[in-house]
Amino acid sequence: MKKKHLLSGVMALLVSVALCACGGDKNAEGTSAGSQAAQSQDTTAEESSNTLSEGTPVPGGSVVFGMTQDLASLDPHIDTDAGTRDVVFNLYEGLVKPASDGSFMPAVASDYTVSDDAKVYTFTLRDGITFHDGTPVTIEDVKYSIDRYAEIQGESSAFSIVSETVIVDDRTLEVHLNESYTELLPMMTVAIIPASNEDPAGNPIGTGPFRYVSYTPGQNIVLEKYDGYWQEGVPSLDRVEFKFIADVDTAFVELQAGTIDIMKYLTAAQAETLGDSYNIYEGSMNLVHAMYLNSSYEPLSKTGVRQALCYGVDRNAINNFLFGGKSHLIGSHMIPAMSVYYEPEAENVYTYDPEKAKELLAEAGYPDGFDLTITVPSSYSQHVDTAQIIADELSQIGVRVTINQVEWSTWLSDVYQGGDFQATVIGFDGTLAPSDWLLKYKTGHAKNFMHYSNTSYDEVFDKAYAAVNQEEKAEYYKEAQMILAEDAAAVYIEDPVNLVAVSKKFGGYTFYPTAAEDMSLLYQVEQQ
Amino acid sequence: MKYFIKKLITLIITLLVISFLSFAAFSVIPGDAALSRLGKDATKEQLLALREEMGLTDPLPERYVRWLKGAVQGDFGESYRYEGITVQSLLEEPLFVTVLLSGIALLMILVFSIPLGIASARFSGKWLDVVTNQISQIIMAVPPFFLGMILTYVFGLTLHLFQPGKFISPRESFWKSVEYLIFPAVAIALPKIAMVVKFLRNSVLAQLSQDYVRTAFSKGNTSSGVLYGHVLKNAMIPVVTFLAMVIAEILAGSIVVEQVFSVPGIGRLLISSILNRDYPVVQAIVLYVTAVVVIINFVVDILYQLLDPRVRSV
Repeated sequence: MKKKHLLSGVMALLVSVALCACGGDKNAEGTSAGSQAAQSQDTTAEESSNTLSEGTPVPGGSVVFGMTQDLASLDPHIDTDAGTRDVVFNLYEGLVKPASDGSFMPAVASDYTVSDDAKVYTFTLRDGITFHDGTPVTIEDVKYSIDRYAEIQGESSAFSIVSETVIVDDRTLEVHLNESYTELLPMMTVAIIPASNEDPAGNPIGTGPFRYVSYTPGQNIVLEKYDGYWQEGVPSLDRVEFKFIADVDTAFVELQAGTIDIMKYLTAAQAETLGDSYNIYEGSMNLVHAMYLNSSYEPLSKTGVRQALCYGVDRNAINNFLFGGKSHLIGSHMIPAMSVYYEPEAENVYTYDPEKAKELLAEAGYPDGFDLTITVPSSYSQHVDTAQIIADELSQIGVRVTINQVEWSTWLSDVYQGGDFQATVIGFDGTLAPSDWLLKYKTGHAKNFMHYSNTSYDEVFDKAYAAVNQEEKAEYYKEAQMILAEDAAAVYIEDPVNLVAVSKKFGGYTFYPTAAEDMSLLYQVEQQ
Repeated sequence: MKYFIKKLITLIITLLVISFLSFAAFSVIPGDAALSRLGKDATKEQLLALREEMGLTDPLPERYVRWLKGAVQGDFGESYRYEGITVQSLLEEPLFVTVLLSGIALLMILVFSIPLGIASARFSGKWLDVVTNQISQIIMAVPPFFLGMILTYVFGLTLHLFQPGKFISPRESFWKSVEYLIFPAVAIALPKIAMVVKFLRNSVLAQLSQDYVRTAFSKGNTSSGVLYGHVLKNAMIPVVTFLAMVIAEILAGSIVVEQVFSVPGIGRLLISSILNRDYPVVQAIVLYVTAVVVIINFVVDILYQLLDPRVRSV
């Protein structure tokens, strides 16, 4: 379930070849060996990571990637969390796969065309591509995979736009849609798996650069290089282990001890205490970090009140305090890395202005403020800390905040599924399809846990969704973001910076604007 | 024999009550196993289907009876969190690791605390006693997880005597796995050693002031003879009770310490299972731990009889 916009895989190739040149000689053949330049939107990130010293690649070697969560499922067609998608990115590929610049490159398909009305997508199977067990990928496997995914997703999912898949010949598959839709490519990253495999979760077989070796619940998953991978020259490493560690502090100790080689989501303080045997890469978490508001809760149903909250929260203070000022402040529900659709204007709709906030509250009929409970998942310190800063700031405009910390499971069932909350601080991820980010604000949508409703937003969103012309589509999505900003659908804060520590034994760490930890581009560095 | 049967019935009743309570607890607290596994992006159909599959739609008593039927036959079902993996296979290795860790910790406690406790009593008021007493006082005040962090920094990151997180499965190499578990075991054992030393010392001192000690001396026993032949046997009775409690605490302590040292034991599994609402796993762990505690109490009762024949007639 990784997705995105641009239709040109060839462009991705060209761009990455260019990036390859400036990043030094890494993976000679790697199609997207663009290394650190992934966050092309975030110039500061790009510069700082380009200055990192990376030595000469040496083939072979093994890496241990530390993560603080276990995998949800190895079955690629079951919806999972970003952490799991980070890992299985190395195992599975779709007809197309995301490149580090957010475009799509052909993977299991070698080529594709889109009909003018964007209702029929035609994919050509790549010659000679094989599964990890050595068997060739057939067009039946491709059809089976897409159909299986559609069935698991069910009729209420976004994937139901696919009406049928048609095998034209043994190298060609047509995907027919119910209506015109140009955001299909992100969905075509759905993993292609062999139809003959009866246990995809227990015995994962894909076409990715690494193949499955073992999985021990609560401990680790081990992958090894797949020699028959269709891209020449990658992967460089022989073995990859993703190690699951109980908590962030323990993980950090293991990083210092050299037990793990890579750890992401470091705090600014942690990054500073690390010695010089690590490179710190700066990317972004690709999250819309915000205080989400329940529009059905009385004071919050008024636009003026929500705007007052936006004026009353100092995004800079949160960014400085939690991320050393390195995060990208946002003003609507889209991440900057989605450059084609991102509306930078939204960032400037509100400035920190407590006086204005008080005025707005008074106008809305709450001159003395009101009570607000912010429910946050306790296991995520960045959300809890953010809520505390917000509570302190809002007390200055008369809003009396109570913070209610709940377990993640409780948050999922009560807040997200039940819609039973007043405000919550959380970060939303999304796929490379812009609709995936913005859909949750549509009136009555299943994922609209905020009970947000705005007819002009619904209209603009529908236009954007249906638009076939790329520029028109982007314009509508930008307009939709401005509506969310001006209507103060939520108190948007930032796309948090992602500080990744990588042992100097390795080079080529690459950020993606979606959930992917691409270990195929990582390589061992010659030791002095 | 009658005594044994009585104890066995107590064990069964305890297990039944505990298992029902933990079963009921999970239906009271918020959270949903199906939702935990599927996450934010799950559609309504997927959720309903999975709930159905997990049997979560049935009423509580029905689910409990079904679980009980399986459990009696040693079948704890499948994990909710890990699709297609049985609870038994999930528990096997962590259970072994925790038993190993607890065993090493218990061994440390016995080996260090009993000689130290006796020595402290024997040289009561002398420098050995004073020093032991002071150190015990300090160590007792430190919680195991904090001790674990200190040990990790000092012996792991600074002195490099072990590599934090580099646990080797006992299946790969038993002795390497034992080697890694030494420091976690120290973190669990140290505070307990301090307690047992203090307890044993006071117990021995209390016995030394008894009349029978004077009698023993008057019969011509040496001070060692009195101590090992008469006093220790009596002094050990309360200590054995205390040790039984300590074993239960070792289990509890290992849950915390396993997190700090990244030891893949049942403690870590228990915590993640609770967070993921993986009831079948939690039920099985709770059952195992309860059984261990109850059985240890039973063993202690038997030990009493060996140490003190008067108990038998009661």
